[in-house]
Amino acid sequence: MSTTVHEPPQIDPDRLPKQGHPGNGGWRDLVPANGDLHVALDHSPPASSSAIYVVLFAITMMFAAFSSALIVRKGSSLDWQTFTLPSILYLNTLILLASSVTLEVSRRRVAVFMGGLKSQAESPARWLYITLFLGLLFVAGQYAAWSQLRAEGLYLATNPSSSFFYVLTATHALHVLGGLGGLIYVIRKLSKSTLRRNALDATARYWHFMDVLWVYLLCLLWMKL
Amino acid sequence: MHDISAQAVHHHGPPTSFIRKHVFSLDHKVIGKQYYALALLAAFIGMALSWMMRIHLAWTNAPIPGLQLLSKSGAPGGVMTPEYYLQLMTMHGTIMVFFVLTTAPFAAFGNFFLPIQVGAEDMPFPHFNMMSFWVTFAAFVVLVSSFFIGDGPTLGGWTQYAPLNAVGAVAGPGQGLGVVLWMASIALFCVGQLLGSLNFISTTLDLRVKGMSLMRLPLTAWAWFITSCMGLTAFAVLMPACILAILDHVAGTSFFVASNLVINDQLIPKSGGSTLLWQHLFWFFGHPEVYIAIVPGIGIVSHILITNMRKPMLSHRTLIYSMGALAVLSYMVYGHHMFVSGMNPYSSLAFSFPTLVITIPSTIIVLIATFSLYGSRLRINSASLFSLGFISMFVSGGVSGFFLAQPSIDIMLHATYFVVGHFHLVMGVAAMFGIFAGTYFWFPKMTGRMMNETLGKIHFWLSFVGAYCIFMPFHYLGMAGNVRRYSSFPDDFLQPLIPVHRFITVAALITGAAQLIFLYNLIHSRFWGKPAPDNPWEATSLEWSTPTPPPFDNFGGELPVVYHDPYQYGVQSSAGDYVMQTSPEQVKTEHEEK
Repeated sequence: MSTTVHEPPQIDPDRLPKQGHPGNGGWRDLVPANGDLHVALDHSPPASSSAIYVVLFAITMMFAAFSSALIVRKGSSLDWQTFTLPSILYLNTLILLASSVTLEVSRRRVAVFMGGLKSQAESPARWLYITLFLGLLFVAGQYAAWSQLRAEGLYLATNPSSSFFYVLTATHALHVLGGLGGLIYVIRKLSKSTLRRNALDATARYWHFMDVLWVYLLCLLWMKL
Repeated sequence: MHDISAQAVHHHGPPTSFIRKHVFSLDHKVIGKQYYALALLAAFIGMALSWMMRIHLAWTNAPIPGLQLLSKSGAPGGVMTPEYYLQLMTMHGTIMVFFVLTTAPFAAFGNFFLPIQVGAEDMPFPHFNMMSFWVTFAAFVVLVSSFFIGDGPTLGGWTQYAPLNAVGAVAGPGQGLGVVLWMASIALFCVGQLLGSLNFISTTLDLRVKGMSLMRLPLTAWAWFITSCMGLTAFAVLMPACILAILDHVAGTSFFVASNLVINDQLIPKSGGSTLLWQHLFWFFGHPEVYIAIVPGIGIVSHILITNMRKPMLSHRTLIYSMGALAVLSYMVYGHHMFVSGMNPYSSLAFSFPTLVITIPSTIIVLIATFSLYGSRLRINSASLFSLGFISMFVSGGVSGFFLAQPSIDIMLHATYFVVGHFHLVMGVAAMFGIFAGTYFWFPKMTGRMMNETLGKIHFWLSFVGAYCIFMPFHYLGMAGNVRRYSSFPDDFLQPLIPVHRFITVAALITGAAQLIFLYNLIHSRFWGKPAPDNPWEATSLEWSTPTPPPFDNFGGELPVVYHDPYQYGVQSSAGDYVMQTSPEQVKTEHEEK
């Protein structure tokens, strides 16, 4: 049996911190500035730029399925009761849209930071934290909307319209929580100077997509419920 | 700087702990093997279930020894009740479609070979890849657990039609908790396959090595890529459907239950749901699913035939485009499963037309394979035999599809054994033959040892003849009016058909036993087989340019460079009549794709 044991691949010297470099990463470090290898990835395949679009496509298909279910279910029966959407939803929409703006601001700041042009004192993470906070605020706002509906006696099983409201908003909120996880990942990587441009770009695209998706859902719910 | 580099090398070595190496491994090759093992286990469970069903159909009152141990109430004294027959049937279908036909040709072989064939060290998201397998495994455990929890697994069939999937225990044994477990299992399965598809697509698009243009990808890589695109779309729709069905069960919603429904003399206290909605959501997944099962087989079989014909297919591009056409069309034809569902008859017409159109790419694929075989001196081995068997089964099963595609004929044949014969041949047996062909072909690369060829050929002939003996009579039964899903045939017009059923049962038992030869060959060769050289089949693609079995990072630290189209056979080179994709040697060839 001609089994050959090969030396594992060496880290591309480009990925190691440059001597004299401020150590902010320059977008591609696997090894942080202080050379602590324990935080380096054990397994570091090359970055994939198309993956985020694959993810967004799958999420689109999922919500397309839910939407068509809503339309068919509404069309097939006489038991559909409309209700007024809780007004806090509109505030939540503004919060989510604002979070996209703050994320873009932080993206620019991180880009300047990663390029090592400015000193480390100006923390680009601040805007990421603001985005994170707005995201959490959005989820809390959604929870407030559910509480308000519950207070009105509208539960998941009360009526098909409320069923769809809870299913769609909860599924979206879960995906927003996933985006928050992505933001935390980015902040952690940034603090170690091991952030890759890909990770931040993918998180940002995902986050903006959550915005667009929410606006679409709000329109759908506003028209159909 | 220098020191960091040296330590980094050490840090990036292959995993050493048992858990990381063999259980929660991030290595796509180990994950591929795990998927294969899961599919193997599932296939034998599914086969055992079909044996019990076949024995019951042929000798209805004969007790099956040991069956009462599986379920006291379902099989008192070893004779299964009609409900238990349906429960076994549901589990047979679900296990086979999801955990064998989807996992083995796509997830198992794809995981192992796609990164190697594109020249990557691994998939871009190894943690997702690991999760993909373990979530799928959890789905399998949840599904099988329904045998032992409550009143057994659901009896609704692998399609789980509404409203019986949403009204609860009143609809029969297993329709309460059994359905919830089924839905949870399939929703988990969807998560696993979505994670897998994500890795497959981004591997193909982003991780191709230098020189590996899209058209230089082997047909297998194309097949897996196309399949993962289908999987991404299909499983993302099935999951919401399962979530809605679970809510109907546990949260009291009414998505799928119509008003004023009386089941088993009980008025169902739900209203307004749409039973057709489930069918639309399910078949939007369900029809692409049969192509998810078969397209990897088409890729694997083409890859193997080309290697053994020693010449490329007549047109590499047309084969790829045809597989792509199958993928796109598979979403437009799904309504042909619903001709008699009560949907608008005009919809039937609209779905019938693309169903007939989808036979065009299928026919092109078969014709290219057949005419490429013409005049070639095919090397006969177990892999090439199973590949020929694949084409035979695909054609035989596909021809009956022409009949079923037409609503007027389908009204007569719907829910008869004709349909059962059709899909077992075209997606069941054909895809299984693709799996067998892939196993005999790639086993040396996966394990470092050769399989026994004599046993492989015996396995092929028994399976080939056996499968026809089982499934050809199904068509006759269907035309004679034999309805599917009946657990026994007491009606007058069905009585004369019982001898046919007995013949099928005997054939199924023999063919099933023949699979034990395969199992023996697999296990024996794994440990005591002849050591395999790096390129036993004199093949050209990248997986044969790495050592056997491939090292942790696939290419030993040095990524290959691709110089040629994937199938440069019938040329004169220093290696023989082929030139590997990684060889910089310039050869004259008449087969270069333009």
